[in-house]
Amino acid sequence: MNNHAHIDEHRDDEGAKTGMWIFIFTELLLFGGLFIVYSVYRYLNPMAFHLAAEELDVVVGTVNTVILLVSSMTIAMAITSIQLKNKKLTLILMGVTILLAIIFMVNKYFEWTGKISHGIFPGSEILHQSSQGEILFFGLYYAMTGLHALHIVIGVGFIAYVMWLVKTDDVKHDDYVILENSALYWHLVDLIWIFLFPLFYLIT
Amino acid sequence: MDNGQHTHIVKYSTFVWILIILLVLTFSSVAITQLDLGVYTVTGALLFASVKSVIVLMYFMHLKFDKKFYAIMMAGIALLLTSVIIVTFLDYLYR
Amino acid sequence: MIETHTQDTTPSFLEYKGRFKGLMGWIFSTDHKRIGLLYLYSMLVFFSVAAILGLLMKLELIAPGKTIMGAQTYNSFFTLHGITMIFLIVVPGLPAVFGNFFLPIMIGAKDVAFPKLNLVSWWIYIIGAFIALSAQFMGDGAPDTGWTFYAPYSFKTGTNMLPAVLGAFILGFSSIVTGINFIVTMHRMRAPGMNWMKMPLFPWALYGTSWIQVLATPIVGVTLLMVVLERTLQIGFFDPALGGDPILYQHLFWIYSHPAVYIMILPAMGVISEIIPTFARKTIFGYTAIVVSTLAIAFVGYFVWGHHMFTSGMSGVALYTFSILTFLVAIPSAIKIFNWVATLHKASIDLQTPFLWALCFLFVFMIGGLSGMVLGALSANVHLHDTAFVVAHFHYIVFGGTGYAFFGALHYWYPKMFGRMYDKSWANIGLAMFFTGFNTLYLPMFYLGMTGMPRRYYDYVDKFHGPNIISSLGAILMIVGLIVIITNLVRSARYGAPAVKDPWKGKTLEWTVASPPSLENFDEIPTVTDHPYKYE
Repeated sequence: MNNHAHIDEHRDDEGAKTGMWIFIFTELLLFGGLFIVYSVYRYLNPMAFHLAAEELDVVVGTVNTVILLVSSMTIAMAITSIQLKNKKLTLILMGVTILLAIIFMVNKYFEWTGKISHGIFPGSEILHQSSQGEILFFGLYYAMTGLHALHIVIGVGFIAYVMWLVKTDDVKHDDYVILENSALYWHLVDLIWIFLFPLFYLIT
Repeated sequence: MDNGQHTHIVKYSTFVWILIILLVLTFSSVAITQLDLGVYTVTGALLFASVKSVIVLMYFMHLKFDKKFYAIMMAGIALLLTSVIIVTFLDYLYR
Repeated sequence: MIETHTQDTTPSFLEYKGRFKGLMGWIFSTDHKRIGLLYLYSMLVFFSVAAILGLLMKLELIAPGKTIMGAQTYNSFFTLHGITMIFLIVVPGLPAVFGNFFLPIMIGAKDVAFPKLNLVSWWIYIIGAFIALSAQFMGDGAPDTGWTFYAPYSFKTGTNMLPAVLGAFILGFSSIVTGINFIVTMHRMRAPGMNWMKMPLFPWALYGTSWIQVLATPIVGVTLLMVVLERTLQIGFFDPALGGDPILYQHLFWIYSHPAVYIMILPAMGVISEIIPTFARKTIFGYTAIVVSTLAIAFVGYFVWGHHMFTSGMSGVALYTFSILTFLVAIPSAIKIFNWVATLHKASIDLQTPFLWALCFLFVFMIGGLSGMVLGALSANVHLHDTAFVVAHFHYIVFGGTGYAFFGALHYWYPKMFGRMYDKSWANIGLAMFFTGFNTLYLPMFYLGMTGMPRRYYDYVDKFHGPNIISSLGAILMIVGLIVIITNLVRSARYGAPAVKDPWKGKTLEWTVASPPSLENFDEIPTVTDHPYKYE
């Protein structure tokens, strides 16, 4: 697609990173919109949110938090290891990150299917008989964790792509900004979960 | 390097320590919300979350070692979102 | 500056032969100048459609009762007119067309920071546009909510809302990507010697705009996503029956859409800040004040969204706060007006077409801004809310502000973009017709609104008949003026006299390169030593 190949593609790692950071700001405000909605409805329905949150399992939530924190560490370490020219360790650390992400998703899957089998999902009969606050709580729960899960899937794809680049030596000890950017994206996913976890699981 | 990126290699052990601190904070926030603190439960949980997010930003996301611009902007975004929530609540608090 | 008629030997970006030929060489080009023109051509098409819709609405209003269309058609017309004008033309308009084309040249760069991403953002724009417009032709009838998609009607109406909302969501991505691209470009690619305070004012305006695009668009993105979920899954975010609060939708919508007004007007102010010093042959008065007020508008503009909701049932405290903040945001806008007028003081003015556009901009923007103050006052707003007064006000700002700046920019940079001069007398005749028609169209609407004519109705009582006839005749004259202007520009692209490097004797960097510029803009990246508007 590059129809003027004679322009030497200038490489600007700092610029690429600046772009990624601005994108992260965008993502934060995307979730920010949902956090505004959450805080308003929580303020309007404190008791219902309190009751509804008891339906969620703190243990599953805590386990998923730990998983994401560990995966955040492994991807951060991957940058150190590529700087130290340790390609094999980089690949292992990135692989562990993806593995942990998949475990997170499996947990999420069981959590969601558990809720759905109990008849708690948007538009369900049981939910429509509950109080309005509970309808809103679960609406927000599905929307926010769902959007977060979508980001996990995108993050896994991104990291897997960078793993391929590391494997083919397109990402090396002196050219690894895309690895840094994928790591930044992954930390963003972690960062959002750090707030989702207390807001949905810990307010009982 | 000549492309504007200054390298700062963070030691593996630093990351391990950071993870340990984050895990301790996570478990403490779970523990503290099990106590009955009334209205302060949410405040406590959010306080822990904020501390954790600052640590993730500073160390995992390298803000401490990068150009100050990113850290300043990040603080600005946090401030912006907080202000927007406060202004929105001017409606809901007094309606 | 030495004027030279010899064009550089390197082929211009218009003639350059890349890997693809013909149309493919354009729609797959990563050259920022070609992408800018791609946006220009696509917007011209959308603008013609939306302008014709506007004209048809005015024709409907030429007499009470059903004239040429019924209520439902009228509802879908103003919805489509709004969606197209706002999301497809005015919000992306100046940054996507002139920002893409001139930002890199004005800061002495060969391209934007992420050229491929830039092309992607055009494709996202086109895809979003087609999805949004497809709502008109598929499903259960064209959307009839107005461009604001207010809840709960937007998920209760039987019309085909989903594509319209999804389209607007996708267009947001295009806007964000462009914003990121511009910010990084300005941070990383300024020519050596050009520090922040030596950057021309159009790039500065784009800098403020880009930050709003990046920081406000995601909020409307997620809001529209919630409307989609609401319609498909009945989640209950904004449905009072399920506990939701429709006013919260309005909050979220305007948290984006008010800053979006500044996405529209800031680049327009940037264009005027370029045109005025060039034709006044004078350094712009108070460069720093303009820069600071640009950033101040971008910041304060984030916190005034509630003035769209004065009659929604918000709390009193919120009403007062938003009203005060609204008056505050007028201050930096007024500072800019003073700067422009002060620049003209004791200047040796060259009355060319772009300068006339800038003067007309000042006139209509003052009317628009001051009528905004009327609406920002709580007591007046209760009376005027949802009347034709509001329609007149925002057309004076959005069309009078951004629209005039757009055409001004087009006449100012046309020689640079196409390498030819347009016919000046036809351009001036077109402007005169357009300006007369514009004011004949919208001034009576202030009166109609004050006497109580509501907006968004295809019908009205007899006492509004007179001013409506004048207004509709103005619409016809304005459209004829537009046709003259556009025909003149299109014709001149082929038959106009070749343009020199610097036809207006401008001082910014784009006037130091060939007209039209070569593929890489500069043979050698310039070193900047002076301020951008050094005339004395």
